[in-house]
Amino acid sequence: MEKVTKISDKLKDSTTEREKEIGQHIGYRYDVNLVPDYSRLTSFLKEYIEFMGWDDLNWLEDVHLGYEEGKPAVFDRNINGWVQVPSDLELPDDQQDRDMVARELLVKFQCSEEHPMVELNAEYGKVKPPSAD
Amino acid sequence: MAELNSPGSMHQEKLAGRTQQIFFSAVESDRLAPPHAIDVDFDKCCEIDAENLRAREVNSKIAELMREGYGTITVLNPGAKHSLGVGILNRLNLNFEGSLGYFGCGLSDGPNIRVAGRVGWSCAENMMSGTIVIEKNAGSTFGAAIRGGDLVCKGDVGSRTGIDMKGGTIIVGGRTGAFSGFMMQRGRMIVLGDAGPNLGDSMYDGLIYVGGEIAGLGVDAIDAEMTDLECSWIERKLAMYGLEAPNGVANMRKIESGKQLWNYDSLEPTEKKLVL
Repeated sequence: MEKVTKISDKLKDSTTEREKEIGQHIGYRYDVNLVPDYSRLTSFLKEYIEFMGWDDLNWLEDVHLGYEEGKPAVFDRNINGWVQVPSDLELPDDQQDRDMVARELLVKFQCSEEHPMVELNAEYGKVKPPSAD
Repeated sequence: MAELNSPGSMHQEKLAGRTQQIFFSAVESDRLAPPHAIDVDFDKCCEIDAENLRAREVNSKIAELMREGYGTITVLNPGAKHSLGVGILNRLNLNFEGSLGYFGCGLSDGPNIRVAGRVGWSCAENMMSGTIVIEKNAGSTFGAAIRGGDLVCKGDVGSRTGIDMKGGTIIVGGRTGAFSGFMMQRGRMIVLGDAGPNLGDSMYDGLIYVGGEIAGLGVDAIDAEMTDLECSWIERKLAMYGLEAPNGVANMRKIESGKQLWNYDSLEPTEKKLVL
């Protein structure tokens, strides 16, 4: 938790006058152009990549651990919202390692039954899930 | 005229920047695919002969075969038909033994697609994830608005490659035309050959790497310094598709946004009209 507080302080300091004036962020709160360091790949992500038939992180290369409202969170493009990192999760010090944590968390969230897309898909999806047949 | 934030007006919420963010609590699963994904087996293969089929029939046939569990599908005689292989939101190996017309493989989210021939305009538009490899040349607006995944053309591509791209990686083995990376917002583009005029015009973010000559940079596109991590990442990426930078990755030019065009305002266009 101590590390989370540090992130919050860092964000407070990085808010510019222009951002205060208009009440919203300018740009991203993290380096979107940071390419992944494959030496830090987690075993879950390796398994996911193999399952999908890819040779690298593919779309997950664009996933980073962001910081919104002073809290660590990962943006989920499928629901256009931020997924908060559980408060009891110990975050590593390095951004590359944090990005790997964010990628793993996002995949696990998207694959869970609780993901908002499950309900949306059941309601509006053109192709019903196999279990619905 | 309706007053801003008054009952019944078009905006009930106060636009105060961060309050617009929606947060979700993470719930984890050990699954590797979303619940609505179709279970396919990469080792289960089949072929479709598209010669006498319309584009819609080919796409329906692909969907039908996926539901039967086929994970590797080969389409013979695609005949440059338009809109083939679109809207596949699942893992799948899909091969086209020929060329595609306009808007091929759009809206992809997961599949690995290989096109043995050429593709027309707007290939892989709005691609979300997966890999698409074109063995020959591609038309204009290649990878328009892609958000993720790898899009590879081993030959030359037309103009406005990666226009409005918001993520993912576009790799061009040959040359790319004018206005490539126009208004790109995120993602990476690797061009091994020459790039046409106005490269990266009005780009907001993202990176463009060029191995050949650049005819001219667009507005707010500037040179940047390559890092060791980026060099190793590019080498790894190119090796995946059997490509190589002609003069070495370290000698490629890196282009990024100068961020001089960044203008942000807290008001929506409709609110601006009310205020003005």
